[in-house]
Amino acid sequence: MSLLELKDVSKVYGDLHALDHANLTVDKGEWIAIMGPSGSGKSTMMNIISCMDRPSSGKVIFDGKDITKESRRKLTEFHRDKIGLVFQQFHLINYLSAVENVMVAQYYHSMPDEKEALEALERVGLKDRARHLPSQLSGGEQQRVCIARALINSPELILADEPTGNLDEANENIVLDIFRQLHKEGTSLVVVTHDPEVGEVAQRIVRLDHGKIVSDKKNDNFSE
Amino acid sequence: MRQWKKLLMIGLTVALGASIATAMLNVMLDVGDKINEELKTYGSNITVLPQSEAVMNKLYDVENGEEKNEYIKESQLGELLTIFWANNITDFAPLTDTEVSFGGKNVKLVGSWFDHHLEFVKKGTTYQRDTGIINLRSWWDIKDGKWLDEQKLDSANYAMIGAELAKEQNIKAGDTITVNSEKGSQTLKVTGIFESGDDEDQCIYTPLGVAQKLTGSDGMFKKAEVSAITSPDDELAVKAAKNPSLLSGDEYDLWYCTAYVSSICFQIQEAIPEASASAVRQIADSEGKILEKTQLLMSLITLMSLIGATLGISNLVTSGVMERSQELALLKAVGATNGQVTGLILTEIIATAIVGAGAGYFMGYAFAQIIGQTVFSSSIEMSGMVAFIVIVLIIAVTLVGSIPAIRMLLRLRPSEVLHGGH
Repeated sequence: MSLLELKDVSKVYGDLHALDHANLTVDKGEWIAIMGPSGSGKSTMMNIISCMDRPSSGKVIFDGKDITKESRRKLTEFHRDKIGLVFQQFHLINYLSAVENVMVAQYYHSMPDEKEALEALERVGLKDRARHLPSQLSGGEQQRVCIARALINSPELILADEPTGNLDEANENIVLDIFRQLHKEGTSLVVVTHDPEVGEVAQRIVRLDHGKIVSDKKNDNFSE
Repeated sequence: MRQWKKLLMIGLTVALGASIATAMLNVMLDVGDKINEELKTYGSNITVLPQSEAVMNKLYDVENGEEKNEYIKESQLGELLTIFWANNITDFAPLTDTEVSFGGKNVKLVGSWFDHHLEFVKKGTTYQRDTGIINLRSWWDIKDGKWLDEQKLDSANYAMIGAELAKEQNIKAGDTITVNSEKGSQTLKVTGIFESGDDEDQCIYTPLGVAQKLTGSDGMFKKAEVSAITSPDDELAVKAAKNPSLLSGDEYDLWYCTAYVSSICFQIQEAIPEASASAVRQIADSEGKILEKTQLLMSLITLMSLIGATLGISNLVTSGVMERSQELALLKAVGATNGQVTGLILTEIIATAIVGAGAGYFMGYAFAQIIGQTVFSSSIEMSGMVAFIVIVLIIAVTLVGSIPAIRMLLRLRPSEVLHGGH
């Protein structure tokens, strides 16, 4: 059953077609890697999927509902309730501790609950670092806090933009193990990456070039 | 840390704006009384004459026309202590002048109260006041001797002499002189030589009793000078000055209960029916003009300081939002609405502004006292209303100053800030 559908979606900036008549379906519980070189339209697709940007044309259907024409406020609510974001640069608030950074997402979703936030950090193996500031954490640890923040509101879809782009190999493996665990638990994952090693662990690989989807294949090497 | 510095700068900007606004508004509200007090040192602003003489003056449009021998009873002067605006009357003195021969020439002798202790009883109430020309002629420079102390000396035998006359007649303090009039002669001991810088330097000033004896007008006086703290004239005062009976009931009440020079004159005439009180226009007009100009200057300084604070806040908040664009975009990305993010920024800024305004208010209090002591040699009374006005102004300035930053905040797109371009 599909969770997300992009139907003939284009995004045009002046003469530039950042996304050009793209069609994509993400099933519930599916793990997809979106790959492509710089400027291929990966981030544009991610922004449209995350409801942080609107397509110039085409439709975005989430859980059977066309959200293309929703108001900005509705899109914000929708995005807050359904989607968790993981960023390459982590984007943690530097004067808040790890657990407080997780609670920020709770604050704008429902209400902060420190116990739940600590549980989310425990899922990514960082409960003992909960009171540390981002500056006191390694890059891998900061990314795990970012993942805990994305998970805290139990989203239906995790969107990760180059989640291992700033990490060393050891931390990259830790993050990918977390993704495997989330996938096992039934969370849908869309990971934008240009790293073949990250792409290769996904269930399905979609390749973009010049805004067009040039291939969309199941990953034969995928293993749970 | 950087944001704390930014908030500290916003607080300081607000404090500076608030302090200037507080100081200027308090001085502005208090400056009327201060300027009045200053101008009181230049003499009286109301003249009381017998009715008939006032009518003649009005007909011929002169202040000091041909001398008449009309008088008012000295005992009635105490009525000034009973009128509605009695507390605004700071000093008053009766005056009776006459020509006497002295040293082979005719000179003007003026009888008046110097520091007279007045007691007046009306309907069982006793009113008291020490009043006289010591305060009404505060610009006199005593060149020799001292002021005539009416309460300590046997007033009938003392006098003060103008500097020119004293020099001409070679008289010093402590000398005795004799003056003659049609009604008799009087020997007087000179307590002091004064320099006034005008025609009075050719005069002899004595207690009122001496002039009454020399003019045969016991218990009477020719005119009185009154110094009163007044409000500047406005349209209502001008309308009332023409004819109070033209005012509507409400206008009349407002005029009567406002310390316009015309309403004080009107009340003096009510209290002393045979007298006519009129404003010394130069003084009354000067008060109004100086007050208006001073208040305009203070308003402009307040306005400029608030505009400066607005621009300062605008720059600081805008640069603060720019520096925090990632954090604010992140908040939007995790589900914060524009309203919530705007509310967060405004709450921080308004809380900082209120702290700054509090500090500024106390700084403004100090500035106001410095201005009061430096310019008027007295303290400035702080008004509670100013605190309220300053808080409202500061909140308005903060909100207006935050508009550019809020517009930037509303345009902030998390997709551009957090993921880069396309």
